[in-house]
Amino acid sequence: MSLTAAIAAASVKAGESGFEAPNAGIFNLPEVGAGVTKSMLLVGLSAVLILGFMIASSRKASVVPGRLQFAGEMVYGFVRNTIARESIGSEHFMKFVPFLFSLFLFIVVNNYYGIVPLLQLPSFGRIGYIVPLAAIAWLTFIGAGIWKHGFFGFFKHATVPHGVPSWILVLLVPLEFLSNIVVRPFTLTLRLFGNMFAGHLLLALFATGGAYLLQDGNLVHGGVGILAFLMGIAVSFLELIVMFLQAYVFTLLAAMYIGEAIADEH
Amino acid sequence: MISNVVVAAAAAHEEHNPLMPAVPEIILGTIVFAIILVGIWKFVVPNFEKAYAERTQAIEGGLAAAETKQAEADAKLAELEKQLAEARHEAARIREEAREQGAAIVAEMREQAQTEATRIVEHGKTQIEAERQQAVTSLRAEVGTLATGLAGRIVGESLDDEARQSRVVERFLADLEGAEAAK
Repeated sequence: MSLTAAIAAASVKAGESGFEAPNAGIFNLPEVGAGVTKSMLLVGLSAVLILGFMIASSRKASVVPGRLQFAGEMVYGFVRNTIARESIGSEHFMKFVPFLFSLFLFIVVNNYYGIVPLLQLPSFGRIGYIVPLAAIAWLTFIGAGIWKHGFFGFFKHATVPHGVPSWILVLLVPLEFLSNIVVRPFTLTLRLFGNMFAGHLLLALFATGGAYLLQDGNLVHGGVGILAFLMGIAVSFLELIVMFLQAYVFTLLAAMYIGEAIADEH
Repeated sequence: MISNVVVAAAAAHEEHNPLMPAVPEIILGTIVFAIILVGIWKFVVPNFEKAYAERTQAIEGGLAAAETKQAEADAKLAELEKQLAEARHEAARIREEAREQGAAIVAEMREQAQTEATRIVEHGKTQIEAERQQAVTSLRAEVGTLATGLAGRIVGESLDDEARQSRVVERFLADLEGAEAAK
């Protein structure tokens, strides 16, 4: 695509002339004070926002919902019915709804920080916040599986596929163990982290690069700079989708892992 | 391009690898998530579930009420239809009865008329018979008188004597009847 090429060329040229492209350093903001960073404040704020909104909307939950309750219920119903019940099945899903609902809210709010003016930092561009979520999801589905099938029963359920000749099992069992037990928390973490990290970096690049080119004084560079801003706006809309989608995917996968772990033998 | 940037960034900032989680963030993330989880678990989910259950119940209650109403309406409709059918049946029965009665009345009338006609005919016959009898009697007397008068005149002998006259007439008539019977 010529536009990207042009921007890349401009960036390279600008780089020669002293423009420093934004890098992972933009996630290392100076501490606000006493070891507290901006992302820490944002993560803390997310708990206040989530609990504030959800408790307010559910406190007087009635048969005929008001606007606030309707909004809260929409989110709750989405996680409860579309994600949890579909993935886990109607028998056991209610046990996991609070966890999945919290997970979804926590991720989606922290993702959307990336697009809110002034805040503009997706907290989950910092991998540290995702690690505990993935770990809890991992423990939850393994715990659920052991609760349902027993310790050895679960590992047999998770790693030994049915209808496979026994000599292939020698190959398959380690692979299944790897993909179903070992890798999952890492893929969960990296998927969410990578999307938030790259999206934020991309937005920052378009914004700072565009600003630099506009201030360059060169007319052609100025045009490219405007293009960069337009691209930045387009990518912002893309990010709006990605931020929701990643929260959805993380929650959905956690639910599917649980559903798979407690599924009956078939 | 992005990967270039990331690589460049990683190269430029070797002191911080973005893939290495920072311990304070792990701790904070865990605590904040735990707070959210507990809050959601204790205060949000039960309320929403209660509203869900109440709503389901309200809907089911409404459905049950509607079903009852429907059943009542059906029963009433069936009853009305039954009544209507009964009324039709009754009307048909009355019509049929009326027709039968009419036919009976006509038949009776006809019979009565027939009887009356027969009676009149009988009466006529009787009367005619009586009149004939009367005529015969009077004629007999007349014929007797005439015949005796005539005979008296012819034989010149008075037949005024009652007994003799009577005998003569009787004989004559017997002869006459005998002649008639023979003929």
